[in-house]
Amino acid sequence: MDKLPPWADAVLVPLISLLLAAALSALVILGIGENPVEAFRLMVEGALLRSAGWGYTLYYATNFIFTGLAVSVAFHARLFNIGGEGQATLGGLGVAIVCLYLPWPHWTLAMLGASVAAALFGAAWAFIPAYLQAKRGSHIVITTIMFNFIAAALLNYLLVNVMKPAGQQDPATDIFPAATHLPTFQDMFATEANPLFRGAPGNVTFFLAIAACVAIWALIWRTRLGYEIRALGHSESAARYAGISPVKTIVVAMLISGGLAGLMGVNTAMGEAERLVMNATEGAGFIGIAVALMGRNHPVGVFLAAILFGFLYQGGAELALWTNIPRELIVVIQALVILFTGALDNAVRMPLARVFAMRRKPAE
Amino acid sequence: MTDPAPAIELQGISKSFGPVQANKDISLRVMPGTIHGIIGENGAGKSTLMSILYGFYAADKGDIWIKGEKRQIPDSQAAIKAGIGMVFQHFKLVQNFTVLENVILGAEDGGLLRPSLAKARGVLKSLAEEYELSVDPDMQVQHLSVGHQQRVEILKALYRQADILILDEPTGVLTPAEADHLFRILDNLRAEGKTIILITHKLREIMEITDTVSVMRRGEMTATVKTAQTTPEELAELMVGRKVLLRVDKAPAQPKGAALEVRDLRHVDTSGVERLRGVSFDLHAGEVLGIAGVAGNGQSELLEVLGGYADATGSVTLNGSALPLSGAGCDGMARRAAGIGHVPEDRQSEGLIMPYSAWENSVFGYHRDPMWQSGLLMKNAAIREDAAGKMERFDVRPPNPDLAAKNFSGGNQQKIVLAREIERNPDVLLIGQPTRGVDIGAIEFIHQQIVRLRDAGKAILLVSVELDEIFALSDRIGVMFDGRLMGIRDAAAADQRELGLLMAGVGEDEGQDPMAAAEAAERERERREATHG
Repeated sequence: MDKLPPWADAVLVPLISLLLAAALSALVILGIGENPVEAFRLMVEGALLRSAGWGYTLYYATNFIFTGLAVSVAFHARLFNIGGEGQATLGGLGVAIVCLYLPWPHWTLAMLGASVAAALFGAAWAFIPAYLQAKRGSHIVITTIMFNFIAAALLNYLLVNVMKPAGQQDPATDIFPAATHLPTFQDMFATEANPLFRGAPGNVTFFLAIAACVAIWALIWRTRLGYEIRALGHSESAARYAGISPVKTIVVAMLISGGLAGLMGVNTAMGEAERLVMNATEGAGFIGIAVALMGRNHPVGVFLAAILFGFLYQGGAELALWTNIPRELIVVIQALVILFTGALDNAVRMPLARVFAMRRKPAE
Repeated sequence: MTDPAPAIELQGISKSFGPVQANKDISLRVMPGTIHGIIGENGAGKSTLMSILYGFYAADKGDIWIKGEKRQIPDSQAAIKAGIGMVFQHFKLVQNFTVLENVILGAEDGGLLRPSLAKARGVLKSLAEEYELSVDPDMQVQHLSVGHQQRVEILKALYRQADILILDEPTGVLTPAEADHLFRILDNLRAEGKTIILITHKLREIMEITDTVSVMRRGEMTATVKTAQTTPEELAELMVGRKVLLRVDKAPAQPKGAALEVRDLRHVDTSGVERLRGVSFDLHAGEVLGIAGVAGNGQSELLEVLGGYADATGSVTLNGSALPLSGAGCDGMARRAAGIGHVPEDRQSEGLIMPYSAWENSVFGYHRDPMWQSGLLMKNAAIREDAAGKMERFDVRPPNPDLAAKNFSGGNQQKIVLAREIERNPDVLLIGQPTRGVDIGAIEFIHQQIVRLRDAGKAILLVSVELDEIFALSDRIGVMFDGRLMGIRDAAAADQRELGLLMAGVGEDEGQDPMAAAEAAERERERREATHG
């Protein structure tokens, strides 16, 4: 099997997959009698050409960076953590508890405390499936899926019966105290003359997400722990030979993964809603899988893929707002992107590898 | 009388992959009813040539003639039609199908299986009688020994009426007794007029069974000779392109005190079978203790227990201090810290992380050593530099520390492992199958390194299923059978016959010839597999 040069693997394959997904989406839009060029223009305009659009795109991207990193860290240990949804839900719970029940003098400290709580709660939620996998061999895909449901039910119960202020109809917590409100991009960058990011939920958590990318890159490729996680992911028998404990490494990798997914709660609960609502994760845990796949489990790739999916989310919302294209179609487009970049990866890669092989041959 | 047409004739076959020319203008004639050996180092182009013959690759240039007829072989179906069968090094069998089901797979006569199965049963029966190819047709393949699985592959080819059989490194996975049986089968096939091409890098097999032999080196056919008119030394030289020492040059050992004292070692595996049943021995500094035995008699478990990643009871003392045999402090890293290096039997699944670069592998198992840490981070640049030095000293080719382990040949992979373990200067070195799947040039180098380490006063425990290797390197030889150490002999005083008996679990007093003993051992092993499988 001829191999692709690294740049083609990292850039060309996802790009072609994207184009294919876009082409197919265009056909679908044509099929329901709308103009795909117009639709695309609306998406770009709504998500990328105005600063408020960017404010939304980056808000969504922040969620996807956290969940994408979560999936990729676990994946380096060959663990398929699809419990990002549940871990993020618990992360949000941790944020809410810290913000509501502890007094905070300033948002910086509150953000620090909330981040620690979010990561701890997310990690704790990942610990049980991790332990069951490491000690008992219970398949982590199954257990993390089940834990998503348990997390949703738990949040439901807590919001309705425990955390909802008396007399409120809405199953949500009280608004967090003002001192815990995080600065949005608008707070940070807008001036009188130039009202940037108006009304958009993008906030300072985005920079936490970037920091997480850097930290995870260093963890995976520069530390002993990352070395051991990757070694275990490639070969458990070799790890045993070397004296790396599979049980310990699996649990640690999943704790980090769950912690990252939990951090998403800082963005949604603290940065955007400023309270904890039901279903705050909005499927970002699952999008994280696609983001990690498309990003080749590398933080830079995850970052770029997260921006792309942020664009799709925000652009899709714009479409639903301005055209007759139903909201469901946006989901179809997102699904096509996932299908082509994730599941049908080889359908692009193999023909491309052949092309490269043919180009190489006449060269010698 | 004119000669019959050759069974296979290749004319001017060339094939390149990108810049690599795997086959250069190769011509070959194989007469019917002969066994033709093709020998060459890893990467010499043997497998590519056979893949062209079997339709996996198309040749860039050249013609193929089968039984006097010019043929195009675009795929394996065409090869089968032309009467060519291939037995791969890694078998292509469905593990949870029975032997019969595997044999008819892809050669069913119709939509219903029953008639095909009945027919195959009859054919198999007659083949079994004709060629000593007996396998229980109703047994699931996963319960068969490796030797029997290989027979199923041969049966598959014969069932498809192959009269030209290509075997790619067929003895790589076999025990000596199984290999002997395979050669008897091949002998019978030749007697029936079948043509056999045997790809191997073992000179002994070439000398033992082939009629003619072709040597390949760097994609070229460097010679084709009658086996009777050549010597192993000449073939080795043709293969490597220089004179090769087939025997290890070594001075008598200067053994000192016991480095490792092993007493009553017992190990029970996950399925509850006792794999080590009270093994005791002393390993002295400055000697090589060779452990011979048919594969699967506890040698692997002995290495795992001593290497720290399988639990055991009993006692192991290293230079006077006892080592934990289970629980905390019993893992590979602790053993290395204590001074036990380990070159594992399977470098691909244990000794190396195949996608890791050579430099990452160069500290595998030692990566927690403080010398490679600075704060939270690993000193990757220093490791890389150190790896480059190791690779140069151990002649790893290509000497590129950034290349992934999987991209090195078997011999060079083994050198990476050896460099890692030897350069830490361990008091005790455990070595399993040091030259399995390693080409001849590298074997010579690896053997020299082992002897050098011994002469530096280190204790070496060598486990190998290759008796030749055991004899070449060991100062004392122990034989394992059924989880027990059957006795240790001075290498100078030991003879192959006696060891053969011990390998079969037979004491010296019972007169029996080694051949039969080895057969008995194989039967015993199969019986055990059947009961535990």
